[in-house]
Amino acid sequence: MTLLRHTPLEIKDRKALSINPAKTCQPVGAMYAALGIHGCLPHSHGSQGCCAYHRSALTRHYKEPVSAATSSFTEGSSVFGGQANLLQAINNIFTVYEPDVIAVHTTCLSETIGDDVPQIADKARQDGKIPEGKFVVSASTPSYVGSHVTGFANMVMGTLKGFAEKTGKKNGKVNLIPGFVEPSDMEEIKRLAAAMGVKTILFPDTSGVLNGPLTGEYKMFPDGGTTVDELRSTGDSIGTLALGEWASADGAKYLDSTHKVPCKILDLPIGLKATDRFIDALRLISGRHVTDLITHERGQLVDMISDMHQYFYHKKVALVGDPDQVIALTEFLTSIDMCPVHIVTGTPGKKFEARIKEITKDSPFPVNIKSRGDMFLLHQWIKNDPVDLLIGNTYCKYIARDEDIPLIRHGFPIIDRVGHQYFPTVGYKGGLRLLEKILDALLTRIDRDASEDCFELAY
Amino acid sequence: MTTIAKKKKAVQMDPTDVVQDLLKKYPTKVARKRAKQIMVNEAEGASTPEMGANVRTIPGIITMRGCTYAGCKGVILGPTRDIVNITHGPIGCGFYSWLTRRNQTHAETDADENFMTYAFSTDMNENDIVFGGEKKLKQAIQEAYDLFHPKAIAVFSTCPVGLIGDDVHAVSKEMKAKLGINIFGFSCEGYKGVSQSAGHHIANNQIFKHVVGTEGEVKVGEFKINLLGEYNIGGDGFEIDRILDACGITVISTFSGNSTYEQFATAHTADLNTVMCHRSINYVAEMMETKYGIPWIKVNFIGAEATAKSLRKIAQYFDSPKLTERVEAVIAQEMPAVKEVMDDVRSRTEGKTAMLFVGGSRAHHYQELFNEIGMRTISAGYEFAHRDDYEGRHVIPEIKIDADSRNIEELEVEPCSENYNPRKTQEELKKLEESGFKFKEYAGMIPDMPNKSLVIDDLNQYEAEKLIEIMKPDIFCAGIKEKYSVQKLGIPLKQLHNYDIGGPYAGFKGAINFFTDIDRMVNSKVWSYMKAPWQENPELSATYAWE
Repeated sequence: MTLLRHTPLEIKDRKALSINPAKTCQPVGAMYAALGIHGCLPHSHGSQGCCAYHRSALTRHYKEPVSAATSSFTEGSSVFGGQANLLQAINNIFTVYEPDVIAVHTTCLSETIGDDVPQIADKARQDGKIPEGKFVVSASTPSYVGSHVTGFANMVMGTLKGFAEKTGKKNGKVNLIPGFVEPSDMEEIKRLAAAMGVKTILFPDTSGVLNGPLTGEYKMFPDGGTTVDELRSTGDSIGTLALGEWASADGAKYLDSTHKVPCKILDLPIGLKATDRFIDALRLISGRHVTDLITHERGQLVDMISDMHQYFYHKKVALVGDPDQVIALTEFLTSIDMCPVHIVTGTPGKKFEARIKEITKDSPFPVNIKSRGDMFLLHQWIKNDPVDLLIGNTYCKYIARDEDIPLIRHGFPIIDRVGHQYFPTVGYKGGLRLLEKILDALLTRIDRDASEDCFELAY
Repeated sequence: MTTIAKKKKAVQMDPTDVVQDLLKKYPTKVARKRAKQIMVNEAEGASTPEMGANVRTIPGIITMRGCTYAGCKGVILGPTRDIVNITHGPIGCGFYSWLTRRNQTHAETDADENFMTYAFSTDMNENDIVFGGEKKLKQAIQEAYDLFHPKAIAVFSTCPVGLIGDDVHAVSKEMKAKLGINIFGFSCEGYKGVSQSAGHHIANNQIFKHVVGTEGEVKVGEFKINLLGEYNIGGDGFEIDRILDACGITVISTFSGNSTYEQFATAHTADLNTVMCHRSINYVAEMMETKYGIPWIKVNFIGAEATAKSLRKIAQYFDSPKLTERVEAVIAQEMPAVKEVMDDVRSRTEGKTAMLFVGGSRAHHYQELFNEIGMRTISAGYEFAHRDDYEGRHVIPEIKIDADSRNIEELEVEPCSENYNPRKTQEELKKLEESGFKFKEYAGMIPDMPNKSLVIDDLNQYEAEKLIEIMKPDIFCAGIKEKYSVQKLGIPLKQLHNYDIGGPYAGFKGAINFFTDIDRMVNSKVWSYMKAPWQENPELSATYAWE
């Protein structure tokens, strides 16, 4: 029996109905970014359901505590504005939970009624509701614009706007905006930079926040996260590398235009070529040599591609996820002679289709590409032109089971497997991990389907 | 903070002092408000004080609660498989309520409709907010119809819909006339009410208004009931159905676990309404009694004894020796296996303590299961319940209707001219009542709780952490948002929304599952691993010698 039994083979254009989305709304991305500030309590300015949904989604994905507060709008606040609720919330949060920072993001509700959060935060300061040395930063994140990726980007920018200062004295550091990636990826990006001896400020940094240990102690504000001092100092850095245009470019451009910190926008360093570009950019911006350790790791990745190339060659892949992730993955897969043929993101953005078209232009197969797409369409494409592998979030498991396709979980949310918290997919090591996963999926399938006569021992 | 698991039962504090401790950090206004929702239970003798419930959440205080949309679309309509549920709004709400409540359903063949695996949304963008989303909604309904030809389409409003003035009811009516299938809308904007409870009420109203009673008798049976307020989380409903079936009781409809449109449409053909979750569904039970003459009783299938009691209650209502005999046979057949596991587990759980903060009935029902393995509930409360769920239905006339409740429609219901049929005569009802049988009765959580236990409504993260620190329970029951902060303290948390992917926990087999899961959790070795050897013995004076 099929799980998605009503999905027809025939594809009809839909103008109004979204089915099985390949995106979610801005606030959850904003909440995730805010969790990457040390000592920060994210705050959702809207109905309490938004906050409950976002906390649940992030908790399921990370299996870690996710604290965030809400303005708990009632019908009255929806009519008269949410100022009173937010002022009360700010006072209660600083009194009860004592964070260093409250990062407020808006919702479709507070945006529709036109609440001005920076103005309310100013009032809170004037009223003495923000204790000395504590901060309220904010981002406008209406759910009816963009996606969770946009929300992440907006909160990154809102935070930098709130903190970045230019003292005129360079700090010798490189700002790294890692994109909407896992805590493990952020850790790996820091490790690579540290291996080259580059001093960095990574923001946001959810490592040590959303992959914490079990020790018998609960820290509402874990040890990880970018500190306020670091955030302030971003205006004095020698440059910014923004990883992933959708999630990271806005913040980097802001620092560039406002504080004259030059920026370079790169793809997420997933796979060989994108990691090469990242390491090279880091080298050039910092003036540090690439260490042998990193060149050695690169060689290991090339080695595995060479060893197992026959299993990758011309395997068809369907890919769904966030634009930055999907672009980098498409390039990586193409570089090892796999063939992404159905590629969907739910996040809007014209450049997506152009980028993917460029990367896949030499594909031996026709390629379907859609931004603002959904998983219903992806499934229909797969039905019409089957693939060997599917890469996407947990919701893809319904398609994978119905169509009997191996699935690699990648992206947000992953709520039925673990590992993404701890093991990166960025960098050369991350590339190795991705290849391991791909091979495991493909070879397990060969083992399952091989006849007894042709069952292989070694690959 | 030190490791809690290691220093168990350090102090036995006076519960009144615990309450003071919970409140002392709050700003004055917050403390005053919270004090009304925190109570020391005086089960013995003294009368129950008034419990503050169904009141506004305090902005900035980290609540467990969700919203009206979640209560309506997620909880009540979520588990119905053959209605196309379209969320009218920006993408988030539809995304987050996509399969996340773990309702199971049994759509037997590929020909049976099942839309539960799909998330439908109008994915409103900025233009729709500025210029109105009605046109897009109409188009979305048309597209859903063209693709799936479902029996019914339901439309759920998210926050901006109410604000920009989209009339989902008018659109639904128009499209219903155009397409000839049942289409109806819900004004379940997230900001309505004070919690998901408002959403339950709105869902109840619309299903009652637009679906119940629209089709004639389909299922026949001698003892026909509806099971209200059972959502088939982890297969609870399947287990209850198995037991009822074994007893020869026919379930006409379940609201709404493993349900179909047809079940709702024919619900009025049942002869008894049995209510599991009083909070979320009592409205439908009340309205069905008025309109169709179907009496309702409270049941509870959580706990083996509670299940047996509920079955006997149903049998007593139907007053049939044949049914009574069969019910007793089923109980006699099922109980030994439960008893065996219960006794075994009890040897390891006796005397341990639990805290339960969840839902509008689960925090009460599950105390029964803990009792069965000798575990005492030292504190409990609901997320979104009303006073009657704490104190019993007798307080309903005293409950003041505030602004947040007033904006939820109360349907005016009258006896149906065609289908009103009192299932029992006045004499029969009187006779049953005289023998101690109680209709429309729910005594609430408080009378079942131990003396001096703490009852706390809308518990928040700060209070939860404090409670654990002071009272050191052996297990804490709540939901996903609370799970890992509690477990970081070294206390296992059992999710009573999704059962941590366990279950079923209802009925006889469910009781066995619950006992073994709790045994596993409270006796897990993992809680002893939190300190590394060098943290336990930090001195650096080892010498090595080959032994």
